[in-house]
Amino acid sequence: MTDLAPSRRTAARRASDQVSQDPARSGRASLATSDRLQDEAPLGVDARRVRWTVDGRLVLDDVDATAPPGAVSGLLGPNGAGKSTLLRLVAGVQRPDGGRVHLVGGPVPEPGQGLGQEQGEPHVRTEDLLAMPRRRRARLLALVEQDAATDLPLTVLDAVLLGRTPHRGLLAGDSDDDRAVAAAALERAGAADLAGRLVGTLSGGERQRVHLARALAQEPRVLLLDEPTNHLDVAAQLATMSLVRSLAAQGVTVLAALHDLTLAAQACDHVVVLAPGTDGGRVVAAGPVEEVLVPEVLDPVYGVRTTVLRHPSTGRPVLTFEPA
Amino acid sequence: MRTPAWAALGAVVLVASVVLAVTIGPAALGPGDVWRSVTTHLGVGDLLGVTPPDRLPDAMVWQLRLPRVLTAAAVGAGLAVCGVVMQSLTRNPLADPYLLGLSSGASLGAACVLVLGATVLLPVAAFVGATAALVATLALAAASGRGGLAPARTVLAGLAVGQLAAAATSFVIFWSAKGDQYREILSWLMGSVAGATWTSVAIAGGAVLVLGTALACTGSLLDAFTFGDTAASALGVPVQRVRWTLLVGVALLTGALVSQSGSVGFVGLILPHAVRLLVGARHRALLPLSALAGASFLVWADTLARTVFEPRELPVGIVTAAIGAPVFAALLWKGRARA
Ligand SMILES: Nc1ncnc2c1ncn2[C@@H]1O[C@H](COP(=O)(O)OP(=O)(O)OP(=O)(O)O)[C@@H](O)[C@H]1O
Ligand SMILES: [Mg+2]
Repeated sequence: MTDLAPSRRTAARRASDQVSQDPARSGRASLATSDRLQDEAPLGVDARRVRWTVDGRLVLDDVDATAPPGAVSGLLGPNGAGKSTLLRLVAGVQRPDGGRVHLVGGPVPEPGQGLGQEQGEPHVRTEDLLAMPRRRRARLLALVEQDAATDLPLTVLDAVLLGRTPHRGLLAGDSDDDRAVAAAALERAGAADLAGRLVGTLSGGERQRVHLARALAQEPRVLLLDEPTNHLDVAAQLATMSLVRSLAAQGVTVLAALHDLTLAAQACDHVVVLAPGTDGGRVVAAGPVEEVLVPEVLDPVYGVRTTVLRHPSTGRPVLTFEPA
Repeated sequence: MRTPAWAALGAVVLVASVVLAVTIGPAALGPGDVWRSVTTHLGVGDLLGVTPPDRLPDAMVWQLRLPRVLTAAAVGAGLAVCGVVMQSLTRNPLADPYLLGLSSGASLGAACVLVLGATVLLPVAAFVGATAALVATLALAAASGRGGLAPARTVLAGLAVGQLAAAATSFVIFWSAKGDQYREILSWLMGSVAGATWTSVAIAGGAVLVLGTALACTGSLLDAFTFGDTAASALGVPVQRVRWTLLVGVALLTGALVSQSGSVGFVGLILPHAVRLLVGARHRALLPLSALAGASFLVWADTLARTVFEPRELPVGIVTAAIGAPVFAALLWKGRARA
């Protein structure tokens, strides 16, 4: 599950041959996952003053968060800060009680600068995610939940094929193209050898890779990941983050809720730190890793004492923590 | 084996089951009698050069057995489809079409008209009872939670409504049933297609053709629910609209079936389960194959019901329970390794 970019065409083709057993169709595999992602300019996500209440309790309070186009953004914060909630709101699965979420087809305006659309800035293309028809939204954004399981005897390949749902008619079945895309997605997520297994029999880490593959099969322009590495061993964590980086290099915008701050420091271009408050989670800092992942920001949010070291070879921040 | 192969097999088994089941019984009939009767009544006998049937075998086939067998097939197919849909929507593999209090409501309606002696109204009363129970269940579930209809809450609400209706049914029987009415009500409660006529075939078969076919086409939508509402919604499926539409469809279909057969248990539960073991959990295959399997299953269950203790008849619900319970236990046992 390393960066498969150079060989992805062959990988997709090989996988599609296995599935459709029809070499004449294998040419269609050139449409598979990675190639189609580059069709257009990357899309960013811009959430403004987003509020969400549940049972009269404010969970998110005027949250501003951005995921710059084609970048890997980390959504950080303690348990219960509202990371999963924010991802669900961006995915359109839940409706915010206030605020806006836009897809931005250019540089994301700085907070407070206003949205391009209203200011009449023609170079920034924005689209209201909340007003978008849900099927179109599902073709642009994919969400990998923190934990999603099933009791049904579903094979891994079938689970990944579910990712094709928004790309075909509401009542249609899998096409050969769908199967080729699913096989390529499995390959990219490092789960090709699991294809025939039942989802219910997988380990937590294996299941996580399958969910990632399902999201890839959705061929999204924006990938929302909720703790994509929390069941993974170190090698698999690195592989997942390297896959995420290679997706971003192809123009897929990634917004990932993460708990491992060192991993975030290594893999993210941009981070947003949410902190739970008495009256709802708020954004306490957002920006480049070097500016945000510093003791002044992290110590009050997590209630720990942070030391930032330098990785001897990459020079990226390595964070260690002690009780405050 | 691939889905089309299973479907072809299922269809062949169903047709063979219907023909065989019609020939089985106290008077000896052969497949030839069935063929002659059916072609003649369909008006194609002359065309095919079939000799017209004798009056007695013809009456046996056309008036007595065929309507009964076809009703059993329609009820079995419909219940199996309803079972699959309910299991998917509630994400509970143990859900069945009666889960939302439907059968208890239908039973209450049926018991009421039976003690009043208004037997002709039975199908209507059963249908009204089933629908009323569903409305009560959904209203209770919606009122007890904020926004949307959580599967778990809906199931609990169905349980509450079902228990209430069952208590009311017992009360009606206890208070006012006399003489033979006990037997009549009990036989209805256990489920039976003994009194099936061509009208039953039209109602149950028509409901299956219209509602059952429509439900059976929703496989891709149901698939999207596999990992829950959030995942379905993120895949672009309008979760609440789909759930309500399909629940209403299931309720209407179940109501129509229950009005003709009483509440036949286990078909909606074990058939989908067994078919899933054969073809997996994808609904586009599961729905039609479960319908075919359910139809054949109930045809044979009803044949057993009318022949094992001949000349006495059992309610077919006893047979489905007697087969269903152990099979279900076996499936659970076997599924242990897979789940
Ligand atoms: N449907 C809901 N009903 C009630 N409370 C909710 C609901 N969804 C979220 N919450 C609450 O909102 C807060 C934020 O939840 P969320 O799952 O977004 O946190 P998180 O940052 O993802 O936490 P974690 O790191 O533990 O995954 C929590 O206090 C949670 O209990
Ligand atoms: Mg979370």
